Amino acid sequence: MEGDGESVSSSASTALVAADVDARSILVLRGGRSKAMYQFTQQSLPACKPVLTPTSVISTLFLMGIFCIPIGLLSLHASLSVVEIVERYDSECVPHQFRLNKVAYIKDSLIPKNCSRYLKVPKYMKAPIYIYYQLDNYYQNHRRYVKSRSDKQLRYGLQYNDTSSCIPEESNDGLPIVPCGLISWSLFNDTYSFFRGTDELRINRKNIAWKSDRDHKFGKHVFPFNFQNGTLIGGAMLDPNVPLSDQEDLIVWMRTAALPSFRKLYGKIEEDLEANDVISIYFLNNYNTYSFGGRKKLVLSTASWLGGRNNFLGMAYIAIGSCLIVLALVFILLHVKNPRIIIT
Amino acid sequence: MDLRVGDVVKVEKDEFFPADLVLLSSSYEDPICYVETTNLDGETNLKLKQALQATSYLNEDSAFKDFRGIIRCEDPNANLYSFVGNLDVAGQRYPLTLNQLLLRDSKLKNTDYIYGVVIFTGHDTKVVQNSVTPPSKRSKIEKQTDKLVYLLFAVLVLMSFTGSVVFGIATREDLQHGRMKRWYLRPDETTIYYNPKRAPIAATLQFFTALLLYSYLIPISLYVSVEIVKVLQSCLINKDLHMYYEEGDKPAHARTSNLNEELGQVDTILSDKTGTLTCNSMDFVKCSIAGTSYGYGVTEVERALARKKTSSLAQEKSDEDFHEFYTETNPLVKGFNFKDERITNGRWVNEPYSDVILKFFRLLAICHTAIPDVNEENGTVTYEAESPDEAAFVVAAREVGFEFCERSQASISINELDPITGKKVKRIFELLKVIEFSSSRKRMSVIIRDEEGNLLLLCKGADSIMFQRLASNGREFEEHTRLHINEYANAGLRTMVLAYRQLEEGEYQRFNEEFTEAKNMIIADQEKLAEAVAETIEKDLILLGATAVEDKLQIGVPECIDKLARAGIKIWVLTGDKMETAINIGFACSLLRQGMKHIIINSETAEFDALEKSLNESEASEALKANILHQIEKANDLLASSNESLSLIIDGKALTYALDIDVKDFFLELAISCSTVICCRSTPKQKALVTRLVKLKTRKTTLAIGDGANDVGMLQEADIGVGISGFEGMQAVMSSDIAIGQFRYLERLLLVHGHWCYRRISLMICYFFYKNIAFGFTLFFYQAYASFSGQTVYNEWCLSLYNVLFTSLPAIALGVFDQDIPARLCLKFPVLYQQGVQNVLFSWFRIIGWASNAIFSSICIFLICILGLEDQAFRRSGEVVGLEILGATMYTCVVWVVNCQMALSINYFTYIQHLFIWGGIALWYIFLLAFGAMDPSISTTAFMVFIEACAPSPSFWLVLPLVLFVALLPYFTYTAIQMHFFPMSHQMIQLMYAQSDDTEFV
Repeated sequence: MEGDGESVSSSASTALVAADVDARSILVLRGGRSKAMYQFTQQSLPACKPVLTPTSVISTLFLMGIFCIPIGLLSLHASLSVVEIVERYDSECVPHQFRLNKVAYIKDSLIPKNCSRYLKVPKYMKAPIYIYYQLDNYYQNHRRYVKSRSDKQLRYGLQYNDTSSCIPEESNDGLPIVPCGLISWSLFNDTYSFFRGTDELRINRKNIAWKSDRDHKFGKHVFPFNFQNGTLIGGAMLDPNVPLSDQEDLIVWMRTAALPSFRKLYGKIEEDLEANDVISIYFLNNYNTYSFGGRKKLVLSTASWLGGRNNFLGMAYIAIGSCLIVLALVFILLHVKNPRIIIT
Repeated sequence: MDLRVGDVVKVEKDEFFPADLVLLSSSYEDPICYVETTNLDGETNLKLKQALQATSYLNEDSAFKDFRGIIRCEDPNANLYSFVGNLDVAGQRYPLTLNQLLLRDSKLKNTDYIYGVVIFTGHDTKVVQNSVTPPSKRSKIEKQTDKLVYLLFAVLVLMSFTGSVVFGIATREDLQHGRMKRWYLRPDETTIYYNPKRAPIAATLQFFTALLLYSYLIPISLYVSVEIVKVLQSCLINKDLHMYYEEGDKPAHARTSNLNEELGQVDTILSDKTGTLTCNSMDFVKCSIAGTSYGYGVTEVERALARKKTSSLAQEKSDEDFHEFYTETNPLVKGFNFKDERITNGRWVNEPYSDVILKFFRLLAICHTAIPDVNEENGTVTYEAESPDEAAFVVAAREVGFEFCERSQASISINELDPITGKKVKRIFELLKVIEFSSSRKRMSVIIRDEEGNLLLLCKGADSIMFQRLASNGREFEEHTRLHINEYANAGLRTMVLAYRQLEEGEYQRFNEEFTEAKNMIIADQEKLAEAVAETIEKDLILLGATAVEDKLQIGVPECIDKLARAGIKIWVLTGDKMETAINIGFACSLLRQGMKHIIINSETAEFDALEKSLNESEASEALKANILHQIEKANDLLASSNESLSLIIDGKALTYALDIDVKDFFLELAISCSTVICCRSTPKQKALVTRLVKLKTRKTTLAIGDGANDVGMLQEADIGVGISGFEGMQAVMSSDIAIGQFRYLERLLLVHGHWCYRRISLMICYFFYKNIAFGFTLFFYQAYASFSGQTVYNEWCLSLYNVLFTSLPAIALGVFDQDIPARLCLKFPVLYQQGVQNVLFSWFRIIGWASNAIFSSICIFLICILGLEDQAFRRSGEVVGLEILGATMYTCVVWVVNCQMALSINYFTYIQHLFIWGGIALWYIFLLAFGAMDPSISTTAFMVFIEACAPSPSFWLVLPLVLFVALLPYFTYTAIQMHFFPMSHQMIQLMYAQSDDTEFV
């Protein structure tokens, strides 16, 4: 480095007297490295200097517009091709006499919680048809809630005893709880069964969780222990004989949702549903959303390459695309009508 | 060794005086000594000091054995140009004046040793009294950034407060009358952070959590990055070959990196003159002898004027020939730049008035106080003169053939060309009397007896004085000489009129008696008496001619000042020089132009003298102040009535009164509205004071530039101090913020580096705020969806690496390399500089604009992500978006948006920019991959999120361009519209050059 600096400064003398260009050409002879160094220190590195000339502005806007609109159309098409049935059942499933005090209803374990509804399939639905439950106004993303789990325990089971993050659901009667924490404790426990006519539609509840979760985050040899044995029962029970990695409803539930209104995959129906099929659904309406005013919905949906039904992306793309093109046109107009005056 | 007041010290040749001394005696019989006061006033010439005769016998150590004396003098003060005191020796009282005062930090020259008595030491010395404690300097942008950070902090507190209130309410409602609302949070059994029963405490704690969480709003890394950038910028300033002074081997040197961007905002330059604008060397250029003007040399001013007349095309050409142009005119002999074959090489003998020419040069060789220094080896003679002017005269005489070679107490020897034989002969002139130069007399004379025994009075002086004193028969050449003097003055030269007179023996005797008597009187008015006596003999003179000396400007000074003036920078010159000199220089460096109205506020008028004489001290100063005030008021009226550009010239004494508390506002008001201000005869302290007042009054950036120790106060006081690392010691450089080799580099320093740095730093800071606000607000918006519980949507590692890995490097590259327009064009369009002066790039409007843009971007990112990904399946296999996927997607969008925003806002893409911007984005994906591949206990929520969930999902990829387009569209549109319809000056230039042929301007 030292040597470089010197060579630059010694050639500086020549550079000063002669024009700048000459100095550069002298340095070119001294090899690429010192040339680069010279350009660097003299702040004359080759550079592209984009300037927002009228042409470049208009063409950029046009190009972006032309890029956006087809994407928008494609996304919208994909979204519209999805058939989605949403059925809210949280209030309908409460017997009339309890409508004024739903909390009492849900807390009373003596009242049977079953309930049934009928759905008419509006359009042909191609398998797989995904079954989701949707909860609204449910803060799975509450900091206390999100933190209330022990990843190590989920993975290694009882060997791992530091479960302070799970308080107050970390132990019961002096024995640790597996899986500990509020998330697992509040596991969703409504169940659904579907009948087309009299045939029960088989629901596949396997492979609904992320593979990485099953393989790496939930232990294959970790079994539920001392779970939901406390005085206050939160949500679902777990089969103590099935390892956590196979308890996919738990795994799904434990991937906390980002927003207070969320869907979670319940299972898949692996046969096609024809238009106008009438589906009867039998619910076990166990889960308490009444005390915090949450809603429960059952969602049946097919999926396109883009996923479920959501027109937002498509519409937004089309909107912004048109916006860009309109802007481009406005610029052309302005430019033609009002050519810029160069003040020299 | 500690010196105390009253100690007698012996100082030897070339030593500095250790304290303020009163000179008692010297190695010369005549108790004189020469001192160099470079460190005090920047002047390199030698000054003569003379001790009292009464103490002159004390010239060896033993002589002090029985010596007793009492000195009474003024209290320590900062005034370098006055001293009052007296000395009681052997029952006699002698007055002490400045003539006996040797100031600390000046140097003894040409004198073997002196004895002096210490009167002020340490902090009491005049030099130290003149010094100012070095202030710490921060740039305006930095201060504004601080305010901005406070503001952001207020926003942060407000956000946290809102959040914690909402959180508190939600938490309290969780448990009411024993009934749990959000039972899944177990509000019945909770920690203090979420306790519904003590919701206010939980809310307070939440407030602090939120403060930490949203602290991303405040770009802590900004300060670090700005420091890094500034250091790199300084390196680039130091390395700039265009600011490398080859002769002195002095590159520019930014001694502090704090003030780079301040260089782009300078409103007023306060400049020293000697050594800064000029080389501090005088060249004898022309003379007018016997009504004929000799000398073909072209002066800077003439050149400058000529240049102004020629077209701009020709100007460019001359710019290219710049260096050639100047090397050509550099004189071979220092101090002599006279070209005229009619005179040189002895040809003057053939001129019509050769006898006058002979007298003329003989006068130059005799009438001075210089001391010859003969080099033993080759016989050449150099001169130590009191002023460079005088040296130039002696040198000129030598070059023409009148070599002053020896000075003794009573004679002067000259090697002279005999006009008849053409040989060199040595002539000895008996030196009878030297009547010295003083600023009030404005002339000096010597009385000599030549070899033929004629008594001659030789006199040189300012034209204003000399023409009055000519004899009626000595005015033969007056008309022509006056004409020539005007010409010379217009050419920026310092002129001097030469005349002589033959004396009668009796007349001389009479004069000698009176003069000696007056000189020996010990009263305060002694000098005036002597002057009056001198006046009686310095009359009826016969005009010989006039000389013209050029105080050579540094190369490129007029051009540089012209450029700076065109950039709208006001230039003040603060100099210790005489008013006439200062005005001449003002013209020479195009500070003062023809057609400008000059306002001169002067204290050295007859009126003033009369006032000073007639009244006692306090009354006089009152009266003087009133007088100055009156002059200022008159000037203000003039200012109001005329629309020409004005220049103000004020001298030191007037300045003292003008800077009094009750007058200074009027004065500054006047001064600020003048395009040029010249303060003459100012002390270092005054320089600093003026600088401070200008800084405080205008509230704009001031830059002081100087080279001597006398400029230190000014350099420290100004917002930016630029030291010229000339040949005059290092004091100025040591106390400066940036040192350059020559004044002309100031142009590049300000117009190119200053502009760039200002632009870079302001853009960089805006951008930093942008990226952090954009990021911070996504966190905030997400909180609204997480009941302000403090849950972050991003992985913790991503949060902390945001500034470090993914976004800072492009900002640093922006800060170091961005150029709106190339250096060439910066210099070509000095108007561009006003962007910095008016601070358009870092105005609150612009900052708010960036902040709004940031908030808009974060709204786009947040809304599009949550609306686009919402609750439906986000890919074919039916999975829905969880916290980690939303986080990863939003983060990806943030990284893309801020980096693309960067790409949109810079104008200069080198490979470094490409590497950092696109590299930053690429790095994010690499990070996501690498981090996701780690064990889930480390990567937690980021575990395989990209490879398993995001990458295979079209929605993930589709959200991104949408966010990008929407988020950047307003900025893009705004810029495009601005560019087309209300372009800022740099955009205009960019467009002009983008649309014309590119290759022409590379």
